[in-house]
Amino acid sequence: MCTYTTERLRVAGSGKGPGEWLRLRTATVYVDHPVHAMAGHTVNVDLADPDRGPAARVALELTAGSALDLVDAILDALAGVPAEVVDLDPGRMEGLRAARRGTRPAVGGP
Amino acid sequence: MRDAFESGTMSLTGHGGDQIEAYAALPAEGAGRGGVVVIHHMPGFDEATKEITRKLGSWGFAAVCPNLHHREGPGAAPDDAAAASRAAGGVPDDRLVGDVAAAVEHLRGLPGAGGRVATIGFCSGGRQSVLAAAALDVDAAVDCYGAFVLEPPPRDRGLAVGPIRDRLRDLRCPVLGLFGAEDRYPSPEEVAELDRVLTDQGTPHEFHSFEGAGHAFFAVDRPSYRVEAAVEGWRLVRAFLGRHLAPVPGSGG
Repeated sequence: MCTYTTERLRVAGSGKGPGEWLRLRTATVYVDHPVHAMAGHTVNVDLADPDRGPAARVALELTAGSALDLVDAILDALAGVPAEVVDLDPGRMEGLRAARRGTRPAVGGP
Repeated sequence: MRDAFESGTMSLTGHGGDQIEAYAALPAEGAGRGGVVVIHHMPGFDEATKEITRKLGSWGFAAVCPNLHHREGPGAAPDDAAAASRAAGGVPDDRLVGDVAAAVEHLRGLPGAGGRVATIGFCSGGRQSVLAAAALDVDAAVDCYGAFVLEPPPRDRGLAVGPIRDRLRDLRCPVLGLFGAEDRYPSPEEVAELDRVLTDQGTPHEFHSFEGAGHAFFAVDRPSYRVEAAVEGWRLVRAFLGRHLAPVPGSGG
C-alpha cells in the first residue's frame, strides 16, 4: 500500500547530497514503497534543504530491521559521550543512558 | 498502422490554472477510440507510469498522465518531486480532481475524439481514480488496488487524505476494480464492502481479486510484481476500456 503516515520534523546538520554538502533543515520519515531498494516497503528518510529545491536531499530506503539497527547504533553512539560534548540537554542525555542500559543484557556481576 | 502512437511530455493547464507537466501517448489514427487519464502512484510520475501510458497508447487509446507532484518539484526527478510532495503534505483531493478534469478536457478536445474518457489509477491513484470519477463526468473508472476508499489510514498522523465513502454516491460510470487477495490495504474485507456499496447504490462494476498477489502486482520493477495477475489484469483493463470507450454510433467519434 501507499501509506499516508508521514513523520515530519526540523533537523539541524549537514548531509552529502547529489554532488555537494547540504545544510539539512527538514526530515521526512515514512514507511512506503521504495524507489530503489528491492523490498515491498521500506523505512524511507528524506533529509533535505527545501530552500534549495526538491533535489537537495539525502534519501534513505532501509528495510525495517536495518532501520531499527541504525536507530540503536545512533542511540548507543550518543549515550557513550558526555552530554556537553554534543551540546545535549543533560536531562535528555540521562534519560537516553537509562533507556540504553535497559535494552542490553548486563555483562558480568553486579 | 493501428498501433502507432506518439508519446512525450506536454504542458497541461491544471487545477487553479497552474501549468503542470503531463505525459501523453496519442495514437496516430486520432483519439476516436477514447481517452484515458492515468493517475500515478505516490512514488510519482515515474518511468513505470509512463510505460503504462504508452501501453494504453499502443492499444489505440489517447492517454494522458498528469504529473500530480509538478508543483512541488517543477523539473525535478520524479523521486525528488514525490519526496517534496510528501513533505508538503501530499496531493490535496481538490487539486487532484482539478488536474484530472484538465486532462479529461484535453482528451475530449483532441482531433477525432469521440468524447469518451476513463480514469485509471494505481495504488494511491486507485483511490484517486474513484474520487475523480465521482467528481467528474467520465465514462469509466479503473481502480487498481486503491486503499482508504472506505476506511481511514491506520494512523491519523500524516497526509491530509482520508476515506471517500461519502463521495461514492456521486459515481455515475462503471467501475473496474483489480485487487490482490493477499493485500492488506485494501484488505479483502474492504474490497468486499466496496463491492456491496456499489451494488447497493446500483453502480455497474466488476471486481477481480487475484490469488497469490498482494499490493502493486502490476509493478514490473518491484518485488510485488505477479506475472499471472498482471497479464490477466491488463487483459481485463483492455476489454473494459474497449467496451466503455467505444464510439457511439453516429457520434462521428
